[in-house]
Amino acid sequence: MAEAGTNGHFKVIGTRPIRHDGVDKVTGRAKYGADYSFPGMLYGKVLRSPHAHAIIKSINFDKALKLPGVKAVVTSADLPEAEDKAEQVGEAAMNPRYLSMNILARGKVLYDGHAVAAVAATSPHIAEEALKLIEVDYEVLPPVMRLEDAMKPGAEILLPNLRNKEEGDNPTNVAQHLQFKRGDVEAAFKAADFVVEREFRTETVHQGYIEPHNAVGIYNADGHATIYCSTQGAFDVRSMSAQVLGIPVGKIKVVPAEIGGGFGGKTTIYLEPLAVLLSKKTGRPVKLVMTRAEVLRATGPTSGSKIRVKMGATRDGRITAAQVWMAYEAGAFPGSPVAAGAMTILAPYAIENVLIDAYDVVVNRPKSAAYRAPGATNAAFASETVIDELAEKCGIDPLDMRIMNGAKEGTPQVAGPPYKRIGFIETCEAIKNSEHYRSPLTGKNRGRGVAAGFWFNAGMQSAATVNIHTDGTASVVTGSPDIGGSRASCAMIVAEVLGIPVEDVRPVVTDTDSIGHTDVTGGSRVTFATGMAVYQAAQDAARQLRERAAKVWEKTVDDVELRDGTLYSKGNGVAPMTIRELAKRLARTGGPITGRATVNARGVGPGFAATCIDVEVDPDTGKVQILRCTVAQDAGKAIHPAYVEGQMQGGTAQGIGWALNEEYVYDAQGHLRNTGLLDYRMPTCLDLPMIETIIVEVPNPGHPLGVRGVGEVSIVPPPAAIANAIYRAVGVRMRELPMSPPRLLKAILESGRAYSPSAQEHQAAAAD
Amino acid sequence: MNSHSMANQAKNLEMSKKVRVETTINGEATEFLCEPRQSLLEVLRDVLELTGSKEGCLTGDCGACTVIVDGRAVCSCLMLGVEAQGKRITTVEGLANGTGLHPLQQKFLEDASLQCGICTPGFLMSAKALLDRNPNPSEAEVRYTLAGNLCRCTGYDKIVRAVLDAAKAMQSGG
Repeated sequence: MAEAGTNGHFKVIGTRPIRHDGVDKVTGRAKYGADYSFPGMLYGKVLRSPHAHAIIKSINFDKALKLPGVKAVVTSADLPEAEDKAEQVGEAAMNPRYLSMNILARGKVLYDGHAVAAVAATSPHIAEEALKLIEVDYEVLPPVMRLEDAMKPGAEILLPNLRNKEEGDNPTNVAQHLQFKRGDVEAAFKAADFVVEREFRTETVHQGYIEPHNAVGIYNADGHATIYCSTQGAFDVRSMSAQVLGIPVGKIKVVPAEIGGGFGGKTTIYLEPLAVLLSKKTGRPVKLVMTRAEVLRATGPTSGSKIRVKMGATRDGRITAAQVWMAYEAGAFPGSPVAAGAMTILAPYAIENVLIDAYDVVVNRPKSAAYRAPGATNAAFASETVIDELAEKCGIDPLDMRIMNGAKEGTPQVAGPPYKRIGFIETCEAIKNSEHYRSPLTGKNRGRGVAAGFWFNAGMQSAATVNIHTDGTASVVTGSPDIGGSRASCAMIVAEVLGIPVEDVRPVVTDTDSIGHTDVTGGSRVTFATGMAVYQAAQDAARQLRERAAKVWEKTVDDVELRDGTLYSKGNGVAPMTIRELAKRLARTGGPITGRATVNARGVGPGFAATCIDVEVDPDTGKVQILRCTVAQDAGKAIHPAYVEGQMQGGTAQGIGWALNEEYVYDAQGHLRNTGLLDYRMPTCLDLPMIETIIVEVPNPGHPLGVRGVGEVSIVPPPAAIANAIYRAVGVRMRELPMSPPRLLKAILESGRAYSPSAQEHQAAAAD
Repeated sequence: MNSHSMANQAKNLEMSKKVRVETTINGEATEFLCEPRQSLLEVLRDVLELTGSKEGCLTGDCGACTVIVDGRAVCSCLMLGVEAQGKRITTVEGLANGTGLHPLQQKFLEDASLQCGICTPGFLMSAKALLDRNPNPSEAEVRYTLAGNLCRCTGYDKIVRAVLDAAKAMQSGG
């Protein structure tokens, strides 16, 4: 097992080789979903609802079909009616009926951008013109845009059949109420020396991957379909598309293209069934690629939320009670990440008395999809700000407050067994001991904030094969699309086990017919779970190599050792043999060697992050500049530290964008007003400093290499860290995201702390 | 492309009447036919099968489609194919010298500057245009110049470092 902060006995793991798919990606050769084309291919486009909420009275596409070049039009009438039930697909619960209704609206449109029909034509331009010729008669209904409105008694109902346990047979917009309870919060609040209760609001944000969704569908006359698409999970695309189309799983092959970012948003389907359906109607391959406006209007996003947190602490800083009320906007169909929000919000801390109420609420916005540590960032913004206030009341350093209340091995989780070995305290201490945190921050309107974050990480199913080539090199085949360098980490694990150079291992990501079922690239699970399968498959190959050497030497397998790519006989007088030498003799000793393993990985090790951010606030405009940022995260074991740092930096940047700029802006009618990347403003390199990283390594006892998974948790702390930094810079507590200039300026002006001579003018302007 | 009659759509006909364009792409004299409404990006990807330039937004906001036109970094989604007439265009496919990678490509690999890689071609081309006119940029100059290219994976840290490292390598003849 690796020791914290060292490379242990590893030779390859912990080094920084060039990724195997790198050259293809810097030369433009790598094929992403939109780069596929086939002879005779048609182009599809999707007609989308201009209304947030309306009944579809009729659809007439006769004129569209008459436009030269148009080959087919499909609507929900072309899809089988799916059952209304809960079903588990990969990470998420999925109701097949809602999934189908999101692909093509059935009876009602539920958000601006909801797909209504799709067209296939000989060029994308003709397909687009055809959309304008489709006549849809809508009866417009009042939109329900915010959870506050959706939860009101007598609210307009989105889904007439939606019920929850508490409201019996009454139609509702509240899909679910969850409660987690431990101890007696009321008594604990009474006994507490300090109690802080605050309310927070966060807006809808998008994952913001640079590559829009895409799919090519090819339906063959024999009833088999092939889908090429950029996805985080080809097997989930297969099962979901089969469900929506009413085609057996075994008749669909999904080929995962290179993927241009996902962050959770590419774990579901949008275009894939449409491509197959249009191909089935036309007999030709059909490609669909979304525009950026379609991506923003109709995919992702993650939930806006309202969260109330009440915490009590003793004078010496022990947090004794926490009560949380939280509601998340699921979008048009149930399934916000509020349950994860509820289970993460207090997860870093050992608190005896806890009461959490969580609500999943439908509103006329696009159905939310997973976004990097889904639900946890909203939640931590609230809890980590309240803890900061409590620390201040207790007169304790905010990191010490977290460390003294921090969860460790044996601490019971809110909803689950006690923690095994975790690295929360170590992660906070890494920030506390960092040069950044120890260095003074000087200057006007500047402040430093810290916050922490938790994410479960995921196990689930993976398969891997390791093939030994005739020259002693190897390939490793998995079904995990590579979003951030996971091919390299898989190859490194094989190289480590076999003792061969990492350049001699070719990592391959393959399609759903060519490898065992593999769940999504999500939940920070690839290096953990697929890595576990790869590790076992490499060991299987290693065992077979030893068996072959034993055969050559007429020994038993136990007499043969594999070290550094060479096979040794334990007895004397036998010359060692390299894998390269043995590989030449495989045909004569029994044939090729393929190591195999499949896992439904257990032993997940949760991940923690802590982030320290220095800001400077412009009190005249409310603009926040990030001056310095350091993130510490427990990786368990960093297989490829450069890509671990990359995950930490990328998650932090997304957290900063969420904190300061990003939000969906709807008008009163429920039309999304910022459907482009100029107005949905994600951080550019001019908005960010270098992002300093500290990789903490507290090995996960549940993984043979100590891996925890690193893809998500770094997005969690930044909003709270920035809010806490803003407080120290200008004295105002921000409880709404994003903390954009208009919001922050308003807060500064209302606090009366603005000192600028022109403050009064601003106040007048802000009142307009 | 199918050749069915489009005669009853006058506007459509105008827009779909193909124009012959002569240009230079990655050092090679290139001719193509394109519709007046097709962007340079669409021509590169769908007509010339140079799919290294990526489409991220079609509004010039993300920079994934950046190519170099007569020495300037341009969003190829904002330029029409017909405007390529007589121009010299370099795409990511023309960045490497034969089988030898450009120092920017090499440093992007060494510095782990890409994760999903979809923005990488655009960053490489914007960075090349920068280094061509300013071989020794400061970090601030790199950030200012690359602010038109969005990356959602990396937080830009390793991209900026790679550009600075490539500048250094090119200065020392590496």
